[in-house]
Amino acid sequence: MSFVYILIGTVAFAIVAPIVGCLLAGLDRIISARMQGRVGPPLLQPYYDVRKLMEKDDVTVSGVDGVYMTCALVFTAFAGGIFFSGGNLLMSAFIITMASLFFIMAAYSSRSPYAELGAGRETLQVMSYEPMVLLMAVCFYMAAGSFNVADAFLLDKPVITIIWPAFLGFLFILTIKLRKSPFDIAMSHHAHQELVKGTTTEMSGKTLAKVEVMHWCETVLFLGWTGMFFLWMNPVSFVIAVVVALAAWFFEIWVDNNFARVKWQAMLKSAWLVALVAGGFNIIFLMFV
Amino acid sequence: MSYATKSPWVIHYDASSCNGCDIEVLAALCPGFDVERFGIINTGNPKHADIFLVTGSVNERNISVVKQIYDQMVEPKVVVACGTCACSGGIFHDCYNVLGGVDQAIPVDVYAPGCAVRPEAIIDGVVQALGILDEKSKALKASKRGA
Repeated sequence: MSFVYILIGTVAFAIVAPIVGCLLAGLDRIISARMQGRVGPPLLQPYYDVRKLMEKDDVTVSGVDGVYMTCALVFTAFAGGIFFSGGNLLMSAFIITMASLFFIMAAYSSRSPYAELGAGRETLQVMSYEPMVLLMAVCFYMAAGSFNVADAFLLDKPVITIIWPAFLGFLFILTIKLRKSPFDIAMSHHAHQELVKGTTTEMSGKTLAKVEVMHWCETVLFLGWTGMFFLWMNPVSFVIAVVVALAAWFFEIWVDNNFARVKWQAMLKSAWLVALVAGGFNIIFLMFV
Repeated sequence: MSYATKSPWVIHYDASSCNGCDIEVLAALCPGFDVERFGIINTGNPKHADIFLVTGSVNERNISVVKQIYDQMVEPKVVVACGTCACSGGIFHDCYNVLGGVDQAIPVDVYAPGCAVRPEAIIDGVVQALGILDEKSKALKASKRGA
């Protein structure tokens, strides 16, 4: 039965998430522009960008990067479907990592030096955020008694009340996951240059459009994870979750516009330190209560 | 209108410019003019770009670079020659190593003159280029349908 829910969730996510993600990306660009004293593009600019990319001629170096990106898109939709149908949080985290790996494979497949560098840096990003994501899922399990997101609606108080350190740790790696400065070392929104846009060096047209759409879906999923901390049996909690997710998203944009990009060493060290302190101590605390 | 005109991403190459025009190209992206209002993004990658902005004249050393960037750009694409040097060679036209304007290397669609070219002239040039980009985009779509 749960498999049917996941399938329905996946289809619904594949339809709704690109729309919501596209609007969020457009708002992101407007807010960023206003923070920089500019007017900024229209709200639907990300949609125009993707439509334009789909109109471009088909040119590819390896011939398989488009296939890898399609796989990445499918796995992203699947991860979103599992999460938003109330399924297993840990499985959602693993599947979205699978999508990241396909994206890395797509970048590696061209064998171009900048794309390989970008793929390596993307791998470092995955290495940086993955420990905290897993500890976050474990903390959720210990607080809610289940990995199933739907079970959060059975609680008499939201998990944030006892796993707020894990939430803070998750906010830290959310910056990496949303590809925001100071941790946008593999596919930055702002600097469209070779090294920090390395993964997409050899991608163009439809393949690049898939990267954009994947990023929209990812954003929606990660904001969903953020909101999950604030759910309990009260139906109002759903509204609170949405508000908190949007606040976290605005906070990430603010961070994005106010911090300079760091080297990958700093990202890896700080992310693991945060995972150990925030996630590790939270788990130890939960073991004794 | 095709979507190509709503999201023109540019790549900028300094052929042998004195940097006067280059600074004006970047000025167009700054808050004063903010060309991102029209969806214009300055990319560093020819494979992502739709509009090729060249500043400065073409010489024996950089003609291969200009050609290579042009070849790596994905259709539909347009070229805007920014500044007098890029249009005709300018005051360097009879220099021993200078071949002339950018049109000596690749087909140029729009000429934006000026020394240095004003940001308004660049934006004007790009807007004209958008019309040509629209035509090329439609032609590409028609040829795809025919094939």
